[in-house]
Amino acid sequence: MKKIKRENLKQLFDLISSGQRLYIPIKKAGQTNYGIYAADSRVDLDTLKTVKSSKEAFFPQSETLYTVTKENRKIKITQQELEGEDFVLFGVRGCDIKGAQVLDRVFLSSPVDSFYEARRNHGIIVALACSEPEESCFCTTFGVDPTEPEGDVTTWFKGEYLYWKANTEKGERLTALCSELLTDADEAAVEEEKESIKAILSRLPYADLSLESWHGDATNEKFGSELWKELYKPCLACGTCTFVCPTCQCYDLKDYDTGSGVQRYRCWDSCMYSDFTMMAHGNNRTSQMQRFRQRFMHKLVYFPANNDGMYSCVGCGRCVDKCPASTNIVKVIKAFSKEVNSK
Amino acid sequence: MSECTCHQNYKLDTLVPMVGVITDIRKETPDVKTFRVEAPEGGKLFEHMPGQCAMLCVPGVGEAMFSITSSPTNKLFQEFSIKKCGVLTDYLHDLQVGDEIMVRGPYGNNFPVDTELKGKNLLFVAGGIGLAPLRSVINYVLDNRDDYGTIDILYGSRSADDLVQLKEIQEVWMKARDTNVYLTIDRPQDGWDGHVGFVPSYLKELNMKTDKTVLVCGPPIMIKFVLGALTEMGFTKTQAYTTLELRMKCGVGKCGRCNIGSKYVCKDGPVFRCDEVDELPDEY
Amino acid sequence: MQELISRLKELLESGSVQRVLGWKKGDFTFNPEPAYFNSAEELSEFVYDGFCGANLSKYMIKASNLEGVTAVLLKPCDTYSFNQLIKEHRVIREKAYIIGIGCKGKLSLDAIKAQGVKGITDIKGAEIDGDCNELKVETLYGEKTVSYKDSMLERCHVCKGKEHMIYDELMLESADTLDADRFTDVEIIENLTSEDKFTYFQRELSKCIRCNACRNVCPACSCRKCVFDSTKFDSEQKANVDPFHESMFHIIRAFHVAGRCTDCGECSRVCPQGIPLHLFNRKFIKDINEYYGVFQAGEDIGQTSPLTDYTLDDMEAEERR
Repeated sequence: MKKIKRENLKQLFDLISSGQRLYIPIKKAGQTNYGIYAADSRVDLDTLKTVKSSKEAFFPQSETLYTVTKENRKIKITQQELEGEDFVLFGVRGCDIKGAQVLDRVFLSSPVDSFYEARRNHGIIVALACSEPEESCFCTTFGVDPTEPEGDVTTWFKGEYLYWKANTEKGERLTALCSELLTDADEAAVEEEKESIKAILSRLPYADLSLESWHGDATNEKFGSELWKELYKPCLACGTCTFVCPTCQCYDLKDYDTGSGVQRYRCWDSCMYSDFTMMAHGNNRTSQMQRFRQRFMHKLVYFPANNDGMYSCVGCGRCVDKCPASTNIVKVIKAFSKEVNSK
Repeated sequence: MSECTCHQNYKLDTLVPMVGVITDIRKETPDVKTFRVEAPEGGKLFEHMPGQCAMLCVPGVGEAMFSITSSPTNKLFQEFSIKKCGVLTDYLHDLQVGDEIMVRGPYGNNFPVDTELKGKNLLFVAGGIGLAPLRSVINYVLDNRDDYGTIDILYGSRSADDLVQLKEIQEVWMKARDTNVYLTIDRPQDGWDGHVGFVPSYLKELNMKTDKTVLVCGPPIMIKFVLGALTEMGFTKTQAYTTLELRMKCGVGKCGRCNIGSKYVCKDGPVFRCDEVDELPDEY
Repeated sequence: MQELISRLKELLESGSVQRVLGWKKGDFTFNPEPAYFNSAEELSEFVYDGFCGANLSKYMIKASNLEGVTAVLLKPCDTYSFNQLIKEHRVIREKAYIIGIGCKGKLSLDAIKAQGVKGITDIKGAEIDGDCNELKVETLYGEKTVSYKDSMLERCHVCKGKEHMIYDELMLESADTLDADRFTDVEIIENLTSEDKFTYFQRELSKCIRCNACRNVCPACSCRKCVFDSTKFDSEQKANVDPFHESMFHIIRAFHVAGRCTDCGECSRVCPQGIPLHLFNRKFIKDINEYYGVFQAGEDIGQTSPLTDYTLDDMEAEERR
């Protein structure tokens, strides 16, 4: 166990970023999002949840996959270079790390997405325990431990210090790089902090949120439920929930004409959008109810069916905070539990 | 996680296509053309199995999934029969022999020609452009004729002018051994002395024996009525296979579009046995 | 509030309306959601308080297609949007029974959190029957008290007034919340150098995640098919590929709603990245006021809109002369 004084963190960030890119929560125009650290960045590790999750470091909102140039009738395809350099992702909370594990199931399953894989291999994650969980948090429901999130390095804020523990070889390397700024520490302070976090977790409003009614093969029973017809109604069909979500992985492939060639890029898409399943001869989800249902069925039924019971929700609560119509996955889960209980 | 790939830059990701050259274009019907595609240096771009699909992309225009209509037993090229029905297909129809396009694939599963279908009597039921994926199976089966029992092909379309691959049907399939071909068109037409009527009702008229495995493809409404007719005739759902079509983008079960229930049509399909289709949420 | 619920029950039970479009209690005291109530029993979940900021006029576009009459609860500022939608033939007047409800200012959870409040579990003091001076906030980390005023949405500080522009009946008291000038922020930006203006908007718009919440909540954005969704044009965008895209979506949208935007403030309320989108619209409103005379979209249905009406006194006509 190591530690560093809070007031020396800037030196730590300068040191890390001198040899590699450092992605860290930065406050810009009033909001905190992950960004690339520069000496004048306003690092903000106090805000619990960045607006967008850290998934962007591995699966950017838009990225070029290849470029096509055309000469007469000849086509030339040049693939975008894969990530080739290590980078550090600093201050990642337990929910976002679990989010990366969910995305791994998608992008690292055969056929592997090499763009994602290269970034994942080159990313060094410094996790940060959640000293002050918030009302919209329900990560423990999905098996996340916010008191000790699993990263290459795990860190805790306690009093004047940031405590630092390397967990992997990558983490050890980063620790060695920062050794001049880190001093030895004992575990007691961290244990105390973990206990204090646990005490808060037990008092969270969503502490009792249960997934019981979603276990097992519930596909057709849930799909056919009348509840969807009510639940979707406030939904404005925007993509806020999907874009702030650490596990939403739907994407679109689009062309961008640069004038001298065509860039084929990939960008986040949302199953909430009306054209998501639109094709030349029709659309198999024409109503917002169907689209709304798809999002939650995918997260709570279809994804677990394909991934050994792993849900595609990590309980970060961003959708709870951000939905313009105050509808969210918690309300969906609760509505179904209520239905089961009333039977 | 697999090994670091950073030193293999330009390793082609599955989302990155290959260049293909159009070496032949046949006009089948007023709105269907069959395109022959080869690698720029000649030969096939990749190997595939009957029922599999590939993405055809035109830079700046778009990309869409099409079934590969040629049989894997064709060692020289691959073919796609494409109906003009949108921005991309309009563009494809304007292409000339010698033009290059981009192709990636093959994607999806295939009809179980080397397993469940082996030794079986086969009944193919197709409507309109729905013949495209079945043609790959039919030619594969004819080229490996000894591995299968009887073959019946029922094919219908709106009019005589809308029957695709008519030349091959008449010159190859109709002349093949132990093979019956039944053609039908929706409405009577001058110069047509064959059967007139919809595919499902013709199927019932033919009163086929239930000792067959059925492969169905066509417009969704036709598939629905064909399956109804088969049930009436005493066939079970496990005896029939079909192929689904949904919006697809990635082709590898990741982008989320063709997700129905726990299946991704592009990866777990497009070929499904009809009892499997029944288990999916009703959203296709 | 009880009086409102009784009235809604009466309307439902008498069959004069088929449903009520209002707000349903959330799982917290501060996250009610827009909801339909089809029976008197369902009203047990009804709520109307300081957190019911959503402008239900937009939902009336869909509700106009439902069978029968929908009783819709509209706050004073929402009625401007409703009028505008009538004018654009996007809602059907006869399909709505408008209950103009009082408003004492609507609250922003972000504004409360910005006062250093974390882990909120309960908020008292937002009830419409109360005096709406103070909010008692219970949090995981102790109790806090914040002023109601400091916790309001930006739009309530520049309130257009508590008068309803259209209604069938009025219920509940309002309280004045206006304490700032609507165009101050616009003027501040107007006075910046071009370079500083560009930097300002670049910083703000670079946060945009293209979630379309601003567009989908906007009563003026009621096109059946938005040009940004149409696969037929290059304009379809789902991500900002470069800074040009970031600006284009918002600038096109601002132009498209110019002269029709009532300044309801929903765009800024829902933006997950806190972009002050209303500033674009307000700049247009300010310019329209200066060039064509003071105009408030949605004030009445019969009014002509300066941008779709040509008169010989128009500034363009002046210039041509």
